Amino acid sequence: MAKVNFKNRDIISIKDFSKEEILHVLNTAKRFKEKTHPNLLKGKILASLFFEPSTRTRFSFESAMERLGGSVITLAEAKVSSSAKGESLSDSIRIVEKYCDAIVMRHSLEGSARLAAEVSNNPVINGGDGANQHPTQTFLDLFSILETQKKLNCLNIALVGDLKYGRTVHSLAYALSLFGCRLYLVSPKSLCMPDYVLTELKANKTHYSEHLRPERIMNKIDVFYATRIQKERFADAIEYEKVKDVYIINKSLLVNVKKNFRILHPLPRVNEINYEVDETPYAYYFQQASNGLWVRQALLALVLGGKI
Amino acid sequence: MRVFKVYAIKNGTVIDHIPQGKGLKIIHLLGLDKSCNNIVTLGMGFDSKRYSKKDIVKIEKRELTAEEVNKIAVIAQTATLNIIRNYKIVKKHQVAIPEILEKIIRCPNPNCVTNHEPGKTKFLVIKKKPIQLHCYFCERTFAIEEITIQ
Ligand SMILES: [Zn+2]
Repeated sequence: MAKVNFKNRDIISIKDFSKEEILHVLNTAKRFKEKTHPNLLKGKILASLFFEPSTRTRFSFESAMERLGGSVITLAEAKVSSSAKGESLSDSIRIVEKYCDAIVMRHSLEGSARLAAEVSNNPVINGGDGANQHPTQTFLDLFSILETQKKLNCLNIALVGDLKYGRTVHSLAYALSLFGCRLYLVSPKSLCMPDYVLTELKANKTHYSEHLRPERIMNKIDVFYATRIQKERFADAIEYEKVKDVYIINKSLLVNVKKNFRILHPLPRVNEINYEVDETPYAYYFQQASNGLWVRQALLALVLGGKI
Repeated sequence: MRVFKVYAIKNGTVIDHIPQGKGLKIIHLLGLDKSCNNIVTLGMGFDSKRYSKKDIVKIEKRELTAEEVNKIAVIAQTATLNIIRNYKIVKKHQVAIPEILEKIIRCPNPNCVTNHEPGKTKFLVIKKKPIQLHCYFCERTFAIEEITIQ
């Protein structure tokens, strides 16, 4: 494996990483899951800038930093304290970077994290920039797939639900295309995978097919990645009523699945996964969410140069 | 005797084969309306053999380089650059879009940070025929028809 160096590197988009680099992050995360390192980032400070609220992602990052012995400074109400006063994002970053060793940020504007990284001398980790990227989610999705399937290469993966607006499935589809996975894209017609994602898949020579219903492919699938279908995405309420039940996973859908079959979901779920599925061996979404902690620990340690 | 429409220049640059109506924009794009101390002449609506009508821009006593001029390919792919010395064309260059376009175009994505923050835009040219541009910030890809000049 080529030597990968992450020190001081920004984590902005999954597309900035090669296959080898992705695997390096996932292997590092595995080591953090196996063993605690309570003093690894002692004396290091993470600035947590959530210009747009996201309690789960923020808790996961802040907990990861604290568990490695580092500390966190945060803007209680980032939106109120800077941008609402008319200060530009670049100016806010220039001020904040003086007080910390790394920045994690979430912002509603697409490209905001890239812009922050251009301005900051300290590494910037993107915690979500509008509809664009959320790379730590992609890393934790990949980590969960690797953990459940013991490999990433050549898996059969179904991406199901809202493939049009779901940013997590766009990045995940791209990442899986690097590993030669076979993709089944299951969605209502009006929420199908956008062309620009399909173009990337073609460029990576990924074998994929599009489906309106999941039933017929269930026995082929290794990982079923479900996403939420939001009512607001439909111009027509009747159309929503027609499709909403098609993508609900219940026990009867799972009768013919493979032994290694697992269901993932970026959470929160609304009604895409019936509660009866939680007790089956196929449910993995809660473990998946908790894997965010290890992946974020790995990324923080790597960009801050913590040696394990 | 021929009455000249745009007089010949002795030394300098002629940008020819500009699509009709784009000449003024090109002067702006090259910053010739601001920072140029040379005489700049704009000719509009000439008959063209290749295209029905064309604009021409002439800059006296200054030789623009291909790198300087290539960015105009976003609005004038057909343009040619001619370097004139002593009334003769000594160099001819067909404009070609560069790999990276900075500060020139606006991102069509209203939710892109570059439309909300002061500073530059940056696009990577990922395909040349037809031109496709990828915003370095919001990571969206656009066709040439979708973009506007800053
Ligand atoms: Zn953009």
